[in-house]
Formats: sequence, C-alpha cells, structure tokens
Amino acid sequence: MRIVVDFDLCESNAVCMGIAPEIFEVRDDDFLYVLDENPPESMRAKMEESVQRCPKQAISIAED
Amino acid sequence: MTTTTVIVGASLAGINAARTLRLQGQLGPIVVVDADPERPYDRPPLSKQILTGEWEPEKIFLPAGKEDLNLDFRLGTRAKALDLSSRQIILEGPTGAVETSSFDSLVIASGASARRLPDTAGIAGVHVVRTLADSLALRAELDAGPSRVVVIGAGFIGAEVASSCRKRGLDVTLVEALPLPLERVIGTEMGQVCAQVHIENGVDLRLGTGVLQIETSSVDGVERVRAVVLSDGTVVEAEVVVVGIGVTVNTQWLESSGIALDDGVVCDNTLLAAPGVVAAGDIARYPSERFGRVLRVEHWETAIAGGEAAARRLLAEASGETPAVFDPIPWFWSDQYDRKIQLAGRPMPTDECRIVHGTTAEFRFVALYGDGDRLTGVLGMNRPRHVVQLRALFDEGVTFSEACERAAAL
Repeated sequence: MRIVVDFDLCESNAVCMGIAPEIFEVRDDDFLYVLDENPPESMRAKMEESVQRCPKQAISIAED
Repeated sequence: MTTTTVIVGASLAGINAARTLRLQGQLGPIVVVDADPERPYDRPPLSKQILTGEWEPEKIFLPAGKEDLNLDFRLGTRAKALDLSSRQIILEGPTGAVETSSFDSLVIASGASARRLPDTAGIAGVHVVRTLADSLALRAELDAGPSRVVVIGAGFIGAEVASSCRKRGLDVTLVEALPLPLERVIGTEMGQVCAQVHIENGVDLRLGTGVLQIETSSVDGVERVRAVVLSDGTVVEAEVVVVGIGVTVNTQWLESSGIALDDGVVCDNTLLAAPGVVAAGDIARYPSERFGRVLRVEHWETAIAGGEAAARRLLAEASGETPAVFDPIPWFWSDQYDRKIQLAGRPMPTDECRIVHGTTAEFRFVALYGDGDRLTGVLGMNRPRHVVQLRALFDEGVTFSEACERAAAL
C-alpha cells in the first residue's frame, strides 16, 4: 500500500500524526511530512483510521 | 433473524454509526433519516471554504455517504415522534406524507439547529450557518459585495464567518455579548488573544455588547435588514447579518417518548439511552470520568468517535459482550484568518492557564490548562504538532506541573 496525501487539501491538523506518528509528522514549519510512503501491511488499520479521521479528506491509500 | 436499525441524522455521527454497523457485519436494513435533503456532508467547510468560494459543495460530501453500504436513505425526512413501547418512529417525508417505521435498534443523531434571534424570521439578509443551504445562501449575498457584514456572536462559527468575510475583503463588525470572545470556553487570558486576532485582521470588534434590534427597510416589497441596533445604542448599518449564537439540540421529536432529555439525550457512559437505543454527536450527553462531569460535546471528532461507539454499543448489546466506555479526549480546531486554534481536553474557564511554548505576542504558542494538579486542556495557536503530542498526556495520567515540564521539553 502507498500513502497519498493531497497537500493542496492538507491543513496540518496533525490528526494523522496522533494516530500514526511513525508515518506522519507535522514539523515546526507546520507542514506534514510522510515519513514512510509505503508502510508495512501491519499498519493498515492505522492507515485506514488516518484516512477516515482526516478532517480535510486529504489522505488516501493507493494499492500498487 | 435480521435486525432493523433506524438512524436519525445523516451527518457525521449518524453516517459513521451506519458505516460501523455495516462494516461490523450487520446484515439487516439500516434506515438513515435526515431533515436535510442533501446527501451527507461535512460541516466545518461551511463557515470557511464554502463561504469564501474556494470550494464548491461537491468537495464536502462525506466519503462514507458515497460508499456502497446498502443504506436506506430517507433524506428531506423529519422524525416526528418516537414510540418506544412499540418500537416505532413516525416520519414525515419531503412531500409531507407521514409514515411509521419499525425498528429493533435506534441511533439518535439528530444533532442541533442554529439558534436565531427572536422576531427575525423572514427578514432578508439575516443568516445562520448550520446547513449547506444556509452557507450557500449567505455566500450568494457575500458575492454581491455588501458594504458591511455584522456578525452577531464571536464564538467559533461567528469568528470563522468574520474571518471568511475579511478574506473576501468585506468590512465586518463582530458583536459579542461577553466581555471577551470564547471566554466561557478558554478563559480570560486566551479570550484576550482571540480578541486581538480579530482586531489585527481589521475587524470592528464590539465586546460586552448585545443586540437590541434588527432594523429593516422594504426593498421591492421585501423586508430586508438595514441596520443592527446594539445595546449601547449604536446603530451599525449592515446589508448582511450573520447570527452565530450557538445551537439548540433537536430533541423535539423525543419529548413524549420517555427518553430522558436534559439539553440533549441523557446517555450512560456507553452512549446507551434506553435498551436498544443509543445517541451520538451533538445531541448525546454522557458522563465523563476523565473530566469528572457530564459532557455534551459539539466537536467534529467526537461526532465520528461517538457514531462508531454508539454502533458498537448496539452490537455489544446484541452479542452480550461487555460494552466499551465512551470517554474520548475532546478535540477541535478552528481556522480564523491565518491562525489555527486547536483545543484538546475540556478546561473550565477558571482553570489555571500556563503558556508553555512560544508567545501570545507572535500568535504562535501552546498553553496548558490545569485544575489543581489535573491537566484539563491543551490549547495551541499555529502549533498543531505540539497539540497532538501533548494530547497524548491525558492518557498517561501525568499531573499538570509534569505536563508543563514535558511540554517545555518538546
């Protein structure tokens, strides 16, 4: 699975970072950084939760 | 035997309850009722991206509403009454036709409606922002470039509407009855900071000021707002008025049902309101052990979490499993001008407030709230990373002073 963030939509609420800090990091510049765009399958539940909980619907999961 | 569930409310809490029931394997019919004729949409952009014109409505329809969850949507349909003993609900459809729907389990997620000023019904130019239709109607009037917008109420909706109007270059007067904006939510010190943010962004802010009257004039036979008379006697001319003075819960249909009501639906700590009946979202009032009092939370994230929890509560009841306690850490954000305000927790306005990062002068800081030794809130302005990291401290059970130390080390 590949994590896709639409950075035009993302407004750095950092909800995803609260769910999966090992994948998503909002830094001091207030921008979101994806630390691992291809997280292991064991992270799927957290990735799906991040997709659902993003207030801007900015995160999606691509299967490739 | 299949279970039929009726969900009243197709907004965030209702749709997430429906989604959770389906994904957890409920096979029977799920009827989703909402007075709003639109398919499920997200409300936060209504006072922001929709109002500024940055986004079209297509962008705010909720993904869960578009998934193939085999839901029986009854949109534009109002719940009129509930009969618990026969497990039936009376619905009034878009054409006014009344029907009775039977259920095995019920999710009450009928939310809340914007409060209006008395005696202003039918006056053109006076708006609230709660539904997509509200937001689009206001947007159409803002498109016409009114010379001044008066926003009544400097709570989160009022503040965001004022911000959106300023982004469009409109002159704004923001009227707040309290001495400071959001004083009852975030206290005096932070209320002062929020007031300053409005002033810095060119808003004519009138604090400690009520509204006596809306003056109107007749334009082409239509009664239209002309000015707002404030409690200090000032008359502010305005072509558009937006009223953001809070909400009232939509419990009218439950009044004679036997469901306990108290400014919301009274639930236990698992969101159960009666056997087979749960509540979620703005309408649910539940005891929070974490904050030592009964809460009714109007936040976006609580609506999602509550919808899911309410659905799981019904499933636990059916399977005989021990239900989970619902006691999340309330969290919300508000975007005003170029500032993002985030608050985690539920401080009392009288709690101690300590700035642990940054300064209020630069409008970029984190403050912690404490009641004695107990951490009660984390407030950030343009500090999303810190808010999300410090929010985790609620579950670690650290004291207020420890939390302040941890925050300073971040």
